Amino acid sequence: MTSIDHQLAERWIQPHAKVLDLGCGDGTLLAHLKQHLGVSGYGLEIDPDKINQGIAKGLNIIEQDLNDGLARFADNSFDTVVMARALQAVKNPQDLLNDMLRVAKEGIVTFPNFAYWQNRVYLGIKGIMPMSETLPHQWYDTPNIHLCTFKDFERLCHDNGITILDTVAINDDANLPNKLMSRFVKHAPNLLADVAIYRIAKN
Amino acid sequence: MQLLRSFKKHAQITEFFVEQTTAPYLDPPSVGIVTPQVLHFDEPLLLECERTLPSFDLVIETYGTLNADKSNAILICHALSGSHHAAGYHSETDEKAGWWDALIGNGKAIDTSQFFVVCLNNIGSCHGSTGPTTINPETGEMWGADFPLITIKDWVKTQVMLSDRLGIEKWHAIVGGSMGGMQALQWSVDYPDRLARAVIIASTPKLSAQNIAFNEVARQSILSDPDFHGGSYAKHGTYPRRGLILARMVGHITYITEEAMRAKFGRDLKSGKFMYGFDVEFQVESYLRYQGERFSKNFDANTYLLMTKALDYFDPTRDYTPEHLDEKSALKETLSRTSCQFLIVSFTTDWRFSPERSVEIVDALMANGKDVSFVNVDAPHGHDSFLFDIPRYVGAVKGFLSASLPTQTPKNNHISPQEISKLARQ
Repeated sequence: MTSIDHQLAERWIQPHAKVLDLGCGDGTLLAHLKQHLGVSGYGLEIDPDKINQGIAKGLNIIEQDLNDGLARFADNSFDTVVMARALQAVKNPQDLLNDMLRVAKEGIVTFPNFAYWQNRVYLGIKGIMPMSETLPHQWYDTPNIHLCTFKDFERLCHDNGITILDTVAINDDANLPNKLMSRFVKHAPNLLADVAIYRIAKN
Repeated sequence: MQLLRSFKKHAQITEFFVEQTTAPYLDPPSVGIVTPQVLHFDEPLLLECERTLPSFDLVIETYGTLNADKSNAILICHALSGSHHAAGYHSETDEKAGWWDALIGNGKAIDTSQFFVVCLNNIGSCHGSTGPTTINPETGEMWGADFPLITIKDWVKTQVMLSDRLGIEKWHAIVGGSMGGMQALQWSVDYPDRLARAVIIASTPKLSAQNIAFNEVARQSILSDPDFHGGSYAKHGTYPRRGLILARMVGHITYITEEAMRAKFGRDLKSGKFMYGFDVEFQVESYLRYQGERFSKNFDANTYLLMTKALDYFDPTRDYTPEHLDEKSALKETLSRTSCQFLIVSFTTDWRFSPERSVEIVDALMANGKDVSFVNVDAPHGHDSFLFDIPRYVGAVKGFLSASLPTQTPKNNHISPQEISKLARQ
């Protein structure tokens, strides 16, 4: 378990839950959930090397492009659907978000917050598209085609009848170094947090 | 100049030397020289067609070592024209390795340093197991056209008898490509407790009308050959050579892709110009004729007919679901019986058993919440891709076979909701 959003996602998942992990990468989160919570489920991934790494961990990894949607899954066939840092890279985030809450009762979504102060400084002062640890790509060569902010995401949820059950704003760069910093992040997440974690459900 | 000549000579000698020391059967990844064994089964075998084989032989090859608790055994099921000879060489002068040598060996996808690998020749085949070319003990004559029609289910039944003979209660995995994949799938529904994993490659839950149509063209080319004599060609001292060549040509075209053919032959002409006749003019014609000719020398026509029928008949849902169910529901219900972990592999350019056919299996398994992984490998070789050493494909199979089954050790999610809300800003 390395990333904080994975650690937090874990806390919202019940033991023995049926989980669908969208863009599961090498299956780190799924392996952890399986080992510690006895969850069952599948990871969807498109990167061939990561798929093989997940399979070698004994996980259920299905090669699938998230842009093709989740039509192959029946309504409410999972307890929780997780999508860590992939929302911003899909062609139609709105459709996928709705599809997620069709196949599962709850969703956990994490994404890089574009309104993070460093990004604002980049764009505001330097006048160029921001790059950081969380957003490491050049603007012309990035998988992140739908960047958004806390506020944008919440508006999208509101417009689609999606309830936000919990939110955690974290600063991945700093790995929450001290309490003071985390308090600041809590008070002004849209400015100070670079990663957003939401737990959502359909109204 | 003298120096250069001497260098060249030396280089040639070195090359020769290298070639000698790396005789393929000695190459470390190869399983080396292997000897097939014949296992005789003296009990009557009731087949799906309701005929009974009084007794039968299975020819097998094994690679690697069976461990003490017999838990490391992998069964390899062969495809239409395959045999028990899946890896290694039969002699020091043998030029061609077994049909799946790319995958089976020390450190390969099916790692013989870890696993005990068994490959058999199915009954009905012409490579040593009881089939149309062997003697019917009841008549003392060759079975020929009288050999009963066999199904995938029958093969699985004989493979279970083989497992019992070897003392293997549960296979670590059953692995197969194409028709071999169908056997692995049939195993998973007929004997769910006897395999821990199934690897189903370039296969399908059942044949489509188009698949059956191709098989029918192949069969008709054999059946209509004047040398076929109703399948009793051996008695007439001949064999339907032309029919077999045609059958193989049709098959071969469907196993590869348009792109592969174009890359290999294009519209290249043998003599560089049009000859305005029906002899071989294009390179692709020459290739197909060569492949067909070679096949006709090594394969029995009755076996070809029987194997393609076994393909056509394959439908694991038949025994487990009522007829009125639609295909999708029937497959879902049938696969609810399974309890092994699955790896399903398809190839992007396979149009004989397209990736969509593999996805049907994957979706039916997922709908049942079964353990399944799926990879759709980008490869240029069409259906035949499963025979090639393609890193992604080989890597997936290797990882799947070596992964320890995930342990289910749930513990309570001891972090309280209060803690979560502490972290939350609202």
